[in-house]
Amino acid sequence: MSALSQAGPRPLLEVQGVSVRFGALLALNRVSLQIGRGEIVAIIGPNGAGKTTLLNVISGFYHPYEGRIAFEGRERTRLAPPDVAALGIARTFQNVALFKGMTVLDNIMTGRLLKMRGSFLLEAVYWGPARRQELEHRAFVERIIDFLEIQAIRKTPAGRLPYGLQKRVELARALAAEPTLLLLDEPMAGMNVEEKEDMCRFVLDVNSEFDTTIALIEHDMGVVMDISDRVAVLDYGQKIADGPPEQVRKDQGVLDAYLGVSHE
Amino acid sequence: MDAHSHGAASQALDPERDTFPKLVRLNAERRPRKIAIREKDYGIWQSYTWRDYYEQARLIALGLASLGFRRGDRVVIVGDNRPQLYWAVMATQALGGVPVPVYQDAVEKEMEYVVEHAEARFAVVEDQEQVDKLLLVRRACPRLERIVYDDARGMRAYSEPFLLSLAELQEAGKKFEVGHPGYFDAELAKGRADDVAIICYTSGTTGTPKGALLTHRNLLVTARNAAADDGVGEDEDVLSYLPMAWVGDHIFSYAQAIAVGFTTNCPESASTVLHDLKEIGPTYFFAPPRIWENILTSVMVRIEDCAWPKRRLVQLFLGLAQEIERARLARRPVSAWRRLLYPLGRLLVYGPLRDNLGMRRVRRAYTAGEAIGPEIFVFFRALGVNVKQIYGMTEASVFLTIQRDGDVRLGTVGAPIRDVELRISKDGEVLYRSPGVFGGYYRNDQATRETIVEDGWVRSGDAGFMDGDGHLVIIDRAKDVTRLADGTLFAPKYLENKLKFSPFIKEAVCIGQARPYVTALINIDLTAVGNWAERRNIAYTSYTDLAQKPEVYELITQEVTRVNLSLTEDTVLRGAQIRRFLILHKELDPDDEEITRTRKVRRGYIAEKYVALIEALYGDRDHVEVEAKVTYEDGRTGTLRADVRIREVAV
Repeated sequence: MSALSQAGPRPLLEVQGVSVRFGALLALNRVSLQIGRGEIVAIIGPNGAGKTTLLNVISGFYHPYEGRIAFEGRERTRLAPPDVAALGIARTFQNVALFKGMTVLDNIMTGRLLKMRGSFLLEAVYWGPARRQELEHRAFVERIIDFLEIQAIRKTPAGRLPYGLQKRVELARALAAEPTLLLLDEPMAGMNVEEKEDMCRFVLDVNSEFDTTIALIEHDMGVVMDISDRVAVLDYGQKIADGPPEQVRKDQGVLDAYLGVSHE
Repeated sequence: MDAHSHGAASQALDPERDTFPKLVRLNAERRPRKIAIREKDYGIWQSYTWRDYYEQARLIALGLASLGFRRGDRVVIVGDNRPQLYWAVMATQALGGVPVPVYQDAVEKEMEYVVEHAEARFAVVEDQEQVDKLLLVRRACPRLERIVYDDARGMRAYSEPFLLSLAELQEAGKKFEVGHPGYFDAELAKGRADDVAIICYTSGTTGTPKGALLTHRNLLVTARNAAADDGVGEDEDVLSYLPMAWVGDHIFSYAQAIAVGFTTNCPESASTVLHDLKEIGPTYFFAPPRIWENILTSVMVRIEDCAWPKRRLVQLFLGLAQEIERARLARRPVSAWRRLLYPLGRLLVYGPLRDNLGMRRVRRAYTAGEAIGPEIFVFFRALGVNVKQIYGMTEASVFLTIQRDGDVRLGTVGAPIRDVELRISKDGEVLYRSPGVFGGYYRNDQATRETIVEDGWVRSGDAGFMDGDGHLVIIDRAKDVTRLADGTLFAPKYLENKLKFSPFIKEAVCIGQARPYVTALINIDLTAVGNWAERRNIAYTSYTDLAQKPEVYELITQEVTRVNLSLTEDTVLRGAQIRRFLILHKELDPDDEEITRTRKVRRGYIAEKYVALIEALYGDRDHVEVEAKVTYEDGRTGTLRADVRIREVAV
């Protein structure tokens, strides 16, 4: 498997000519994007450019009406979200989507659900393999808690946490699924400078320590330029640029899109 | 150095057990299975026995030896309290080297000063954060040869050849031992009681840090004497959560732990300390006054949030316990009905509260460093937590005086421990002499000469007196006791402490030397005032905003008036009441060099930085505009603009 991926530079994720339409609105217009193993790719663009839609297509929440998506070389355009998750794609949401009444620990444990096997009965009595399994998962979750430095809030209900920490817990839950590809939808929105710096470091550390490939949507250009290997720019549902940060920064089309040149 | 060794100082120590590494080996032989140190990691308390402690430290030492470590080399140690770092301290000492712990939140510039001044060849640090700082430091200090890190997280991309992990170091140690059997034991045996055991850099309320040289003898004799005088045994548990660079942590978590053989517990992270405290339930606990204050504030805030029947009940019983404790401290009799009610209070309030705070098992808890508010002191003692004041300093290996059980009283710091002599100079300064007296400041003879005076007597820098029962009373820093323009005596710290006893005031700086009257710069406590404001539906956005609310000024005016009122009872200091004050637009912060890392106010620096504010306090305007430079945690700086009000108080 690893020999294969080294031999042929086949990207981890291939999105080819994908279009998504909401009624008369063409949210994505034949967008293609490739993400290689181990990359950090930023998806940027003005509001309404289709960034979140693109993530939703990748995670199986929307299905494109044309185009195809391949993950690890296999065609999987029409899978439902749970099946996508089972393949090793995890995500966080633009508006934090945690179980507010549950503790941080329990929230992160839900990220392990796909990895759990066993019978309802054994789990109910917490005996034998069920107990062993729970302990293994808990140990894994503890490593993530340590990694993201959220030990102090382990037992705090998620809903009581400040926004920046909720974002971090969401990242923890996504990591608990041991994803190959991690999709982050505006992981730093609404954070102050210090929280952003922490988050940047976590994203980079996740990438290097867990070998996780990361696609993220972000508005803070400083962050994008600092941490991503490659930047893809969307505007009105179309990809208008794709390349290393320095190159994209100078691209005339990108500057126009951000400065609001008319589209007639 | 002979000049200040006297009778007790030169007392003989068994050469088999006269250094800390030798004592660790002894512990490993005598109590191999007893837990030496615990650390909470991955949510579980991981334990290491004395045998583990010795073995781990031995491998670190051998690893260092494989890198060409020579006797006398200095090793900088930086990080949160971690077993691995304590092992590194012992490993360094075992090879005849000198550990130099540095505050983990020191910025690069501060770290550079210590690394340069101590001429360190090696550094053992906790994680990437510290490595990053040291990489910058190393550019200016090429003498720093190797940096060893414990936590490998985020370190994969670092390719510098002089970086290695602690695991790699220990691996190298194992290989080294194969080629050099018996090396470690031989090095260990070369250690002597009068070797320097550690250099503690004082955080320095004035100017640059000074590195106090403490020998094994200094630390060992003092640690043992204090333990013997206060009944500290080998079944104690301490929580090591205060900076390793501070001599206090070194005494409690290292020197005394090894000398007596009790267990040290390292919290999971700085933010989980209060939770870990509850889980460990230490029997032996140290906290500076600000921590006791924080705990009290958090208790009070939670009580305020209770439903009223519960709140009334708690307040009733807390009031009762505090009255009893005050009577006891003043040696007054306690009425019979109060004595009858106390057990009920213990069942309903004190016991559960103590348990909740993690203080159920505390046999003795110390406070030192600054004066503690009588309200705070009485509160914890009333709950049944045996809080006692001690007095000491880095230059004395900490312990000079301790309040003994059954002889605790307000306002004193207790009586000297064995082998400690105290004397008051004719200027009113406290002088001391003990086996713990340090060997001088590293590469700073002038400071040494100014501190160690004739016959081994050392200047404490504190003004004080001995009361009728042989207890020491500290008034203030000797150089801080001054006079107003008209000659009225004025002790700023004394006033500041009185102000800080209010839960709403976090920090205060009083000014008055050669001035017509006393004024104060005040920092509000964001937690307590924020909570107070919320309950009154006062909206605020930030510290700066809250600090300048008229309602908050009203609140603080009441507190200042209360302090002025209490001063009228004091015949000497009644003339030095606070006439005008302002609430600072930003919190005093060690990153801005306004307070030290141990949260002591740097008066001179503040007088310079806030000169405009201070002049306004002695003018007649009721507000002043300021611009302040702030340093963010990443080292960048920015400016903060605000309009600060000034308030007059009735005198």
